[in-house]
Amino acid sequence: MTVRTLVAFAVVALLLLALPWVIGNEFYVNMASQVLIYALFALSINMMLGYGGMVSLGHAGYLGIAGYACILLTVAGYDQLTAAIFAVAVSTVAAAFFGVLSLRAPGLGFIMITLALGQIVWGVAYRANDLTGGDNGIRHPARPMPFGFDIRDAPSFYYFTLAVFVIALFCIWRFSRSPFGASLMGTRDQPRRMRMLGHNVWLVRWLTFVMAGFWASVAGVLYVYYNLFLSPHAISLQQSAEILLMAILGGASTLTGPIVGAAIITLVKNVVSTYVERWNTLLGVIFVVVIVFMPYGLVPGCAQLWRRWANRAKARKATSDTAPASEASGQRGDSMTRAHGASETAQ
Amino acid sequence: MTASAAIPALEVAHLSKRFGGLPATRDVSLRVMPGERRLIIGPNGAGKTTLFNLVTGDLSADGGSVRLFGQELLGMPTQRRVHLGLARTYQILTLFPRERLIHNVVLSLLGLDRRRWNPWSILTANSDLYADARQALERVGLGEAAERIVVETSYGERRRLELAMALAQKPKLLLLDEPLAGLSQGERQTVRALLDAIPRDVTIVMIEHDMDTALGFAERITVLHYGEVIVEGTRAEVVADPRTREVYLGD
Repeated sequence: MTVRTLVAFAVVALLLLALPWVIGNEFYVNMASQVLIYALFALSINMMLGYGGMVSLGHAGYLGIAGYACILLTVAGYDQLTAAIFAVAVSTVAAAFFGVLSLRAPGLGFIMITLALGQIVWGVAYRANDLTGGDNGIRHPARPMPFGFDIRDAPSFYYFTLAVFVIALFCIWRFSRSPFGASLMGTRDQPRRMRMLGHNVWLVRWLTFVMAGFWASVAGVLYVYYNLFLSPHAISLQQSAEILLMAILGGASTLTGPIVGAAIITLVKNVVSTYVERWNTLLGVIFVVVIVFMPYGLVPGCAQLWRRWANRAKARKATSDTAPASEASGQRGDSMTRAHGASETAQ
Repeated sequence: MTASAAIPALEVAHLSKRFGGLPATRDVSLRVMPGERRLIIGPNGAGKTTLFNLVTGDLSADGGSVRLFGQELLGMPTQRRVHLGLARTYQILTLFPRERLIHNVVLSLLGLDRRRWNPWSILTANSDLYADARQALERVGLGEAAERIVVETSYGERRRLELAMALAQKPKLLLLDEPLAGLSQGERQTVRALLDAIPRDVTIVMIEHDMDTALGFAERITVLHYGEVIVEGTRAEVVADPRTREVYLGD
């Protein structure tokens, strides 16, 4: 790790910690919590999508299973911690089962099976009136008190979410740099070769499916804590598609991409929708524009722009150094090389 | 050692495979002894690569048997066969094009290493893996190129990378599918020298069209034609056989 990355790290950490003071307004602090929750969803789906090349359209199913399990267990009288642990466990086991079913088919078949499974979860939530309250949804009694901390108000809930998010991000970062992650990316690019090198492609994919399900379940429990309410609407196909779009918009296969995508989509949904009625259209336009100009998503796209810009500046500097005709252009080149350095740390 | 010497490294018996109505492999039987260098030749469409795919498990056979040092391979997934000491290179390069050369070899080493299941450690911190990978690259003369991206290397270098990935796994049986395809004369000599340097504890079965290089390499030759073994024997026997001339060398 270079000094520059450390500094960038410290700046981001400070910003995240100071965020409630910086924005002050409770509405926006809550929005920040939402961004973090959706970012965790997007990060989890990106483990499959970006690193494994597996497109899932049923990711909201884990929100449903973990969310309803958490609420029902709490309502049934279990303490919050037990309820949360059981909810995540049940949902992860469901992911293990869903993975076995989905991975029977490659490519398009995989997408369709995940879609169907997500819809089954939605359908059950919608129909099982006695259990889930059907269309009316169901309330979660109250937010928990982790280690005795009260997280009922917006800033403290934000910190709670941030803590969970940072732990998850760290684990997923380690995952993406690990031997397992390398194997996963190998199975994405050359499954046949990976088999011939001794890798169990199916098992690698399945384990990834389960891990992604686990983190989505954690996000699902956070979602319930945030809203204190869950209805089938929250686990519809649109939710799954939105989570998928977040990862694609920001840049699948990068670590920061899904976070950026989640931030943009959540902000457009919540902030812009108060001013613009057709915010869905706006979201569509943003998506199309990004994909047209940056087919790999915002983060890789911007990184590439920076690099090109910096290289051009460097080249300009080189020519001005050999023929020091215009001092001004040389200075400009210098400042751009520095900007290039900043872009590297930003990745 | 004497006991294992009696068991063939690779024993294929009555192997068959059809694609729809088209028989690609017809009742193929062959025995390759440990340490042997075997050449498989035959015109295009003779079923040479199909035979390899059946041995590795890329394709599932319709019938017959494939034994590696006496152990039946059919019905076993490809990766298990690899763990038993089977490795191959591909005629059509099958590499990780956007990765560094060394990463390609590391993936190969990981395939046989328990650490491949570790989702927590940092891959690049496993310096022993990288040292081994570098060694494998040096063995094929790519030590200098280790940090380059595959797409930035020449075709000849990629061919050697294919070889490095297979050799890094220290296989017992190595299947080489046209390791010289598309190489210049000079590169052929380089690769040929690399193949000659492979120790005798590796048994090699090679498909190759370049007769000048390949004939000198192998002790025994199998000629395939329309999925069938039509001639098998020593270099001299096969070259002298009129059927070889008929189907392969032309008359």
